Amino acid sequence: MRIALFVSCLVDLYRPSVGFAAVKLLEGLGAEVVVPEGQTCCGQPAFNSGDLAAARDLARPLIDTLAGFEHVVVPSGSCAGMLVKYYPELFAHEPEWLAKARTLARHSRELSAFLAEHGAVIDARHAGRVAMHDSCSSRRELNVLAEPRRLLNAVAGLEQVDIPEAETCCGFGGTFCVKYPDISARMVSDKAEAVINSGADTLVSGDMGCLLNIAGRLKRMESPVRVYHIAELLAGMTDAPGIGEGER
Amino acid sequence: MKPSSHAFAENARRALHDATLQQALAKAGVGFVDKRRGAIAGLPEFEALREAGRAIKDHSLANLDHYLARFEQQVTAGGGQVHWAETPAQACAAVLDICQQAGARMIAKGKSMVGEEIAVNDALEAAGYEVVETDLGEYIIQIAHEPPSHIIAPAVHKTRGQIAALFEALHHRPGLTRPLETVPQIVDEARQILRDKFLAADVGITGANFLIAETGSTVIVTNEGNGDLSATLPRVHIVLASIEKAVPTLEDASVLLRLLARSATGQEITSYTTFFTGPRRADDLDGPEEFHVVLVDNGRSQMLGGAYHEMLRCIRCGACLNHCPVYGAVGGHAYGWVYPGPMGAVLTPLMVGLKEGRPLPNASTLCGRCEAVCPMSIPLPKMLREHRRREFVQGLTPPRGRWALAAWAYGARRPWLYRKLGRWMVAMLKLMSGGRGRFRSLPFAGAWTAARDLPAPQGGTFMDQWQRRKHHG
Repeated sequence: MRIALFVSCLVDLYRPSVGFAAVKLLEGLGAEVVVPEGQTCCGQPAFNSGDLAAARDLARPLIDTLAGFEHVVVPSGSCAGMLVKYYPELFAHEPEWLAKARTLARHSRELSAFLAEHGAVIDARHAGRVAMHDSCSSRRELNVLAEPRRLLNAVAGLEQVDIPEAETCCGFGGTFCVKYPDISARMVSDKAEAVINSGADTLVSGDMGCLLNIAGRLKRMESPVRVYHIAELLAGMTDAPGIGEGER
Repeated sequence: MKPSSHAFAENARRALHDATLQQALAKAGVGFVDKRRGAIAGLPEFEALREAGRAIKDHSLANLDHYLARFEQQVTAGGGQVHWAETPAQACAAVLDICQQAGARMIAKGKSMVGEEIAVNDALEAAGYEVVETDLGEYIIQIAHEPPSHIIAPAVHKTRGQIAALFEALHHRPGLTRPLETVPQIVDEARQILRDKFLAADVGITGANFLIAETGSTVIVTNEGNGDLSATLPRVHIVLASIEKAVPTLEDASVLLRLLARSATGQEITSYTTFFTGPRRADDLDGPEEFHVVLVDNGRSQMLGGAYHEMLRCIRCGACLNHCPVYGAVGGHAYGWVYPGPMGAVLTPLMVGLKEGRPLPNASTLCGRCEAVCPMSIPLPKMLREHRRREFVQGLTPPRGRWALAAWAYGARRPWLYRKLGRWMVAMLKLMSGGRGRFRSLPFAGAWTAARDLPAPQGGTFMDQWQRRKHHG
């Protein structure tokens, strides 16, 4: 099995360890993992800001870069949602590209969903209470809810706890968090409090955007809750500093 | 009502710092969500009902001209009259005309969002009529001189203490002095005041949740019964309704009513569901002498068949408001016009113009919860994006955001440049973080760091590290 990994811009720039965790997990399936070189950004910021021409300009090279792979895996619900749900919408009036976009959409999966569907064997240990935060795109665009929990269940020593009001957005929203910082701050404060109230000592999610946002607020509140991408935890990489933590 | 949607950011900031408002919002929000959840859990076929409701609305809208003509025919056959109004001004003129011919002085009004949309109260008061809102929530905001902040709970932004204070200031007179501490005490006082108004009113105005083409009936749902009194006691009954409310049959309306109550208040059915069909007939014991329906377009016929067509399926349940984290944080007044929340963020720019309404579609994380709870499955996030697209194409997007986006897109289209800039940015941030793993503040990142730390990058980019691993194994 040959898998193309689209790491997403936030993982590339902010947290390469998530990319390596994803590679490790995918290789654990016995697959060959390829990271196509031309990849940058899926164009979601442009798409959500109404600049569809720019979004298409970014989508076309990515569609070509990822073409021909039987599986394209993305360690982000929101970027996977872009490929799966919105690329076909973006090219609704360009038949040639629409066909390519649909093919890519059919072959693309969010990481945790892909791992669960392919029966990944999780060989990791993490003693503690872990809460899973579902990004709005994972939850509502991709309907990925059970899969990450099934994977977390396989981690030795791990106890899962639920976050109250789990369906509520964390307030990241891409450019929203800087366009409406007051409202975003209020939303992430509520979310961070819900995480603390869950009794978790570790928070994971499949999306770097949510993670940077919630981790940033937890740190500001001086909460000891540690924050990781779910791939890092599943790959047994939680010995390294969590998001927003200094080097030890 | 003069819109202040352009000042949404400022309105929102004020709302976030208003402790009383926050108290009221916190109390209301959870209640609505829990009640809806309970009602839907109790109806296993809810999804099937939702599909059926959507199909009814889609069919009605696809044949709207037919059903509106049929509706008019039936209203006329029953002795009533339909008035067509393309604009709010025409709608108000029709209402004023009816009131004048009836020689009216006092008007009892039931709750109507279309009434807010066309600002019928302002028009009536300017012409010298006394208008009394008879829905408790509407009555409260009328005496507070405020617009509604929620489409089904207009005074949801007010606390019990604020309402008691309003009543005491306005109603206090000999013989009507009592403690106003509990909700029943407040309701009882409003009931006493309003009872006289119902009896004195010459004209009653109500809204309409549905218009039924086969019978020429208008339907309203209330939990107070005020709509029935407004419609049946005065000599003249005027129904204000927008054109997308038409459905073919009574059967169709019953499907939508089941969806409406559950989605709105979590009730199986509202306390009162009333069908009005024409004026009083010869052997009727009560009812108005005249029955008028003012059909308001106000841009809706322009929405038909276009990018916002599906918005016309909206049955005004308020579920999208109740589940919206932005509405929950700032309340309805921040949106600056008649319709707040996600449905308001779609409708407002269409009705007051994109220039005035442009902040509203942007004030959303596109989290999609509105679409998930909408009983009519309206793709609200998609329409918010469509507004953003038009805003961008028309050059209304603020320059700073435009430039930042253009710069990002320019870089991302050139992988070699992107890698170079990425490498440099990551190295710089990593260096500046001094191994602390995060920033408490950072130039140009004030919006982020005001309330949260900014995690620092780990160091190095994945693409570089991957290349190295590949070549050196």
